[in-house]
Amino acid sequence: MTRLPNSLRAGPDASGHFGVYGGRYVAETLMPLVVDLEAAYRAARADEGFAVELRGLLKNYVGRVNPLYFAERLSAHLGGAKIYLKREDLNHTGAHKINNCLGQILLARRMGKRRIIAETGAGQHGVATATVAARFGLPCVVYMGEVDIERQKPNVFRMQLLGAEVRAVTSGSRTLKDAMNEAMRDWVANVDDTFYIIGSAAGPHPYPEMVRDFQCVIGNETRAQILDQEGRLPDLVVACVGGGSNAIGMFHPFLDDEKVAIHGVEAAGEGIDSPHHAATMARGVPGVLHGSRSYLLQDADGQITEAHSISAGLDYPGVGPEHSYLRDVGRVQYHSITDHEALEAFMLLCRLEGIIPALEPAHAIAHVLKVAPKMAPSDIIVVALSGRGDKDVFSVAAALGESL
Amino acid sequence: MSRLATRFATLKASRRSAFIPFITAGDPDSTITAALLRALPAAGADIIELGVPFSDPMADGPAIQSSSLRALSGGMNLAKTLDLVTGFRRHDTQTPLVLMGYYNPIHAYGLSRFVADASAAGVDGLITVDLPPEEDGGLRTTALAHGIDVVRLATPTSDENRLRTITADASGFLYYVSVAGVTGTKDVAESDVKMAIARVRKASQLPVAVGFGIKTAEQAARIARLADAVVVGSAIVTRIGAAHGEGRNGEELLAHTLQFCKELADAVHGARG
Repeated sequence: MTRLPNSLRAGPDASGHFGVYGGRYVAETLMPLVVDLEAAYRAARADEGFAVELRGLLKNYVGRVNPLYFAERLSAHLGGAKIYLKREDLNHTGAHKINNCLGQILLARRMGKRRIIAETGAGQHGVATATVAARFGLPCVVYMGEVDIERQKPNVFRMQLLGAEVRAVTSGSRTLKDAMNEAMRDWVANVDDTFYIIGSAAGPHPYPEMVRDFQCVIGNETRAQILDQEGRLPDLVVACVGGGSNAIGMFHPFLDDEKVAIHGVEAAGEGIDSPHHAATMARGVPGVLHGSRSYLLQDADGQITEAHSISAGLDYPGVGPEHSYLRDVGRVQYHSITDHEALEAFMLLCRLEGIIPALEPAHAIAHVLKVAPKMAPSDIIVVALSGRGDKDVFSVAAALGESL
Repeated sequence: MSRLATRFATLKASRRSAFIPFITAGDPDSTITAALLRALPAAGADIIELGVPFSDPMADGPAIQSSSLRALSGGMNLAKTLDLVTGFRRHDTQTPLVLMGYYNPIHAYGLSRFVADASAAGVDGLITVDLPPEEDGGLRTTALAHGIDVVRLATPTSDENRLRTITADASGFLYYVSVAGVTGTKDVAESDVKMAIARVRKASQLPVAVGFGIKTAEQAARIARLADAVVVGSAIVTRIGAAHGEGRNGEELLAHTLQFCKELADAVHGARG
């Protein structure tokens, strides 16, 4: 009997499950829509024309391939492993989110949808969605929690400049999870013409798979670039994890490279032993929210608890189902970084490399500050620098007690 | 025969449609819910739908969201919801009671333990909004073994193919979600419901309840001419919320809510007269 080699890259199964995670936990009204979406996605993936158009846009509109940059001064400062940064911050719109949005809007157009909706936390996915909606001439509504609107004002204005309507979400904790609830409510009420562009590697099947596939351009490029620059694979790959879209895109192409260690970094907020954190992997238990089964921050009654992070993009009480699977099988280790540690890493990268990172990947950098000094100078770390920090200067100023 | 089957058989014999009021457990507190449950059958409720509050009710509009929040802020949870059912069954062994909610509280409680406790409490059916047929296998098998029906939902987006999937292992009754949208927002369109029910009946012999978008006694009467049961939720909890917000005492809130339920029940029961 011949057996196919095992691969951690084979998921999800036909019903959208990664092990016991994932699936399709949505209202019946939405079931035919997610089934249609899956069929349309499979057809698009099999169509070379779709791939050619997406590649063209990624090159000429987003500016890919973006650099894998050797952070020489940061590496020297830490005195350990060589640190490379995958510069998703240099993409058009300033973050990795556009990779996925372009893929999904091409799919929306193929499906004849005439209206785009999205949820956003930090506003990066909202800006990316508003951008592609403008580019393709489709009206766009972005749901954003009231709390996030307050701390990410520059991105709110950006979305409005791009012609999107930003709808403030006032229910629940008024952050990303509530924005996602509200986007789902919009979708269920506008089933005929609306395409929901989910930005996290979460939601009902096929979203976690589809978002991952569109974000895998990060890891695929990184893998080729490090082979080109160093002639070998890295020893460690690091990315921050909220819902986990940049992380899964970075990690996935390395999953079957057994010698490459992979670390996901979530937000510990004020500390994982405090009530104010977003450390889903460290403190969550499996549950069902927003269409899939995954680790969740919840109380003993199964009520979802509010997450906290200085970074709006990591402020989510769930995590993509494939991350939950990778955690359980032990392929990816998940660590957490506090607000304070992230701020220090943020400032260090500004000063040493002249790069202002978003607060989200500042968590990944903060983790590298801990592990790189313990590694050998011949070791290699690659980090997904998932976005630029311009949007965060107000939050950082406030945290430092300065007013702008 | 189950309480649900018995009740639908009785109603069919008397050519009446069933009135199903929805209230949320613990809204605004468990004492009022217990009193409402006890009084609803006399106010004309043929079946009771008891909502289990959840922090993230994605399929619900503002009325039921607020209702859930009022209940959660009072400390309601799934275990206390089952206690309310147990209390109700001390006085009423005939009226079917169906729990409606989301899957995560059940998942956190533990599926097997929940079904056993729900059965012991006297729950007759479960409507789990975010558990479509593709995901409800575990709950359905366990619940059926304990004599609890898992009620499936059909919607305006269900085509013939989808209806076959939905009705294949359905039990108790079918719940037709009459509008594409969240609860309590759009108004039901009678002509659409008429055609939809005809399609649902072709796919299944089960009784068909219609809910989402029925707000007034007039609408309830019109739907009662077409369906085996009429569910009203948002309009009822809106009144509970308003009475609570105005600071009315429990007695006034009960009288006010039950009066409205009685109007709805009379409209449903008189519809085919």
